[in-house]
Amino acid sequence: METPLLHLALVGTPNSGKTSLFNALTGSRQKVANYPGVTVERKEGFFVTPLGRQVSVVDLPGTYSLRGRSPDEEITRDFVLGKASGETVPDLVLCVADSTNLRLTIRLLLELKRTGRPMVLVLNMFDIASRRGINVDAERLAKELGVPVVTSIAVRKGGTADLLTLTDEISARLAAEPQENSWRALSVAELRATQREADRIIADCVSLPSRPDTWTARIDAVVLHPVAGLLVLALILFVMFQAVFAWAQPLMQLLNSGFDALGEFVHASLPAGLLQSFLQNGVISGVGSVIVFLPQIIIIFLFILLLEDFGYMARAAFLMDRIMGGAGLHGRAFIPLLSSFACAIPGIMATRVIDNKRDRLTTILIAPLMTCSARIPVYTLIISAFIPARDVWGFINLQGLVMFGLYAAGIISALLVSFLIKFFMLRDYAPAPFMLELPDYKMPRPKSIAIGVYTRAKMFLHRAGTTIFSMMVLIWFLASFPQPPLGATEPAIDFSLAAIIGKALAPLLSPVGFNWQIAVALIPGMAAREVAVAALGTVYAIEGGKEAAEQIGQVLATKWSLATALSMLAWYIFAPQCASTLAVIRRETGSWTWMAVTFSYMLVLAYAASLVTYNVAVALGAG
Amino acid sequence: MTDTNETRPQMPLGLAQRGYSGVIQHLSAKDAGSALSDIELESRLIELGFVEGARVEVLHEGLVGRDPIAVRVDNITIAVRRREAMAIIVA
Ligand SMILES: Nc1nc2c(ncn2[C@@H]2O[C@H](COP(=O)(O)OP(=O)(O)OP(=O)(O)O)[C@@H](O)[C@H]2O)c(=O)[nH]1
Ligand SMILES: [Mg+2]
Repeated sequence: METPLLHLALVGTPNSGKTSLFNALTGSRQKVANYPGVTVERKEGFFVTPLGRQVSVVDLPGTYSLRGRSPDEEITRDFVLGKASGETVPDLVLCVADSTNLRLTIRLLLELKRTGRPMVLVLNMFDIASRRGINVDAERLAKELGVPVVTSIAVRKGGTADLLTLTDEISARLAAEPQENSWRALSVAELRATQREADRIIADCVSLPSRPDTWTARIDAVVLHPVAGLLVLALILFVMFQAVFAWAQPLMQLLNSGFDALGEFVHASLPAGLLQSFLQNGVISGVGSVIVFLPQIIIIFLFILLLEDFGYMARAAFLMDRIMGGAGLHGRAFIPLLSSFACAIPGIMATRVIDNKRDRLTTILIAPLMTCSARIPVYTLIISAFIPARDVWGFINLQGLVMFGLYAAGIISALLVSFLIKFFMLRDYAPAPFMLELPDYKMPRPKSIAIGVYTRAKMFLHRAGTTIFSMMVLIWFLASFPQPPLGATEPAIDFSLAAIIGKALAPLLSPVGFNWQIAVALIPGMAAREVAVAALGTVYAIEGGKEAAEQIGQVLATKWSLATALSMLAWYIFAPQCASTLAVIRRETGSWTWMAVTFSYMLVLAYAASLVTYNVAVALGAG
Repeated sequence: MTDTNETRPQMPLGLAQRGYSGVIQHLSAKDAGSALSDIELESRLIELGFVEGARVEVLHEGLVGRDPIAVRVDNITIAVRRREAMAIIVA
């Protein structure tokens, strides 16, 4: 039996559950969250229907119309209209609706009908609609709209059974006759008329109890309160950074001692020599020193995922809109920037929801200043080595407070940079509008949170196993060769390539208080920020001699002055030490120039900040 | 068009206080002074459900300049800035 692949496309208003449906159908784990504008790329997946039909399904960014106002909406428009190069037009469009909120989707569906594509209306989130007592006469709706209607619950097992059955039925009788595509951008009058038509159909087919989601209203009364809301936001961020520091400690210590024991074991069981040094100093000290930060990475992602699933992100954007507007940022820049706390790369991708080009560019330029999770290892290492772990005012952990300060420094400098961009480069700036749907709160689902955390943890470990590991091999090699001449009295590392390179760079970096070991570590640190920690681990482990299986933190505490440590922290707030981020900036802006601009301005800021920090600290007697 | 509430004067939603509730009379993008063109602003407002006859309620306001506002439009909540909300004439 040679039936061709059936092509489905998921189209619908933002946050209607398209990606949830995609995941349910294909068993994928694409990102799902409770705010509009999560998906900004098209993603293809495959599944087989109950009757054995092979299906390809494409998940698309949510959109309110086919006009394509922003880069993400253009992706959807081009795919549906078959404009995207090398794409086949979908055989069947699944128009996904949030059943509790049909107005906008029905209007979109009426617009989509003009493309002539066969279509199905999927009434998703039907569980919530039923719970609220919303009654939809699906049969009548199907007749009025002229398309099949099916209900679904994307997040429940078996919740897509009806949709699968219907897909089989439809695919059996999909006409080969091509339908005329009569779509063109709707005029305002047509748009209004379609919305009227949609409202009329809804009035006929849907009975709404006037029972709005009281929970959402109650929570919003506090969370969106002009004053209390901002306090809640500050509290959430504060608890998040305290948690990253305080809660992770016990687990990190456990991991640390685990790696120490492993190092000792390798040291004891292998004969002294290159292999022993490679495994103990290169692999275990290097890669291990990064893996111990896994608990912190998990905690920060846990917080972000919980906020995203609950529906808080859009609220935070609401609260921050005017404050960020003062710095010349678009209100919708908030969610990309908050995602950048995890990693700047998805943050930069998420700027696709910003329609205004200049606003989008500004957001891309400052996103790398947000403290991403790869900085956590660097910050934590230095903080735990140099900042005493005592409580301030009885309950705030001083180390956590410094961590919070570093995050705050990142945020404030991002706002300042944005302000300067607006002031110097975009003089004729007119505030772009901010219009955002605030979705009803949803209880975060443990399974999706667990999957999210697991995926991020796996990614982190994968990086440790690939990028970081290969950089460690390089550093170990540089730090071990050439071997010292026989009878040399200085430490072996002084003869190595690493020392030669580091010492060549040292004059450049000595004004900011960096020694040659830091200089060497910063080079592989260009690949990814946390590599610097691993590189320091390796360099100091080799320098310390074969017996020294000390923890890297303890080594730093004896080798660096407080001024150097603080200078290093200041450096990492700004330094453009991440090749992947630069690559994404180049891709998303489509220009090498903006990548170079980002790199240079961050480097200049980093150097200046370290210079000031170091000299002030030395002047205060911390040298 | 029949005015649903004849006793109340028309006003832009952009001037409404928190707790205000009314019905959209018409859209008038040229009065908003938005960075968007009139057509674009009007299209976007319609796409978010701001059409004549829709019931709106101002649920929340921001801190700075009491901006932006969170508006209930039928059964969804939309955050907009007052500047853009000036285009929505309610009564
Ligand atoms: N209760 C319930 N929640 C659902 C259902 N489908 C999706 N959700 C939730 O709705 C929210 C949005 O889901 P997504 O799949 O991210 O929505 P989307 O349409 O892909 O959103 P964009 O990519 O932003 O356009 C998430 O919090 C989901 O967990 C459903 O059938 N029932
Ligand atoms: Mg999605």
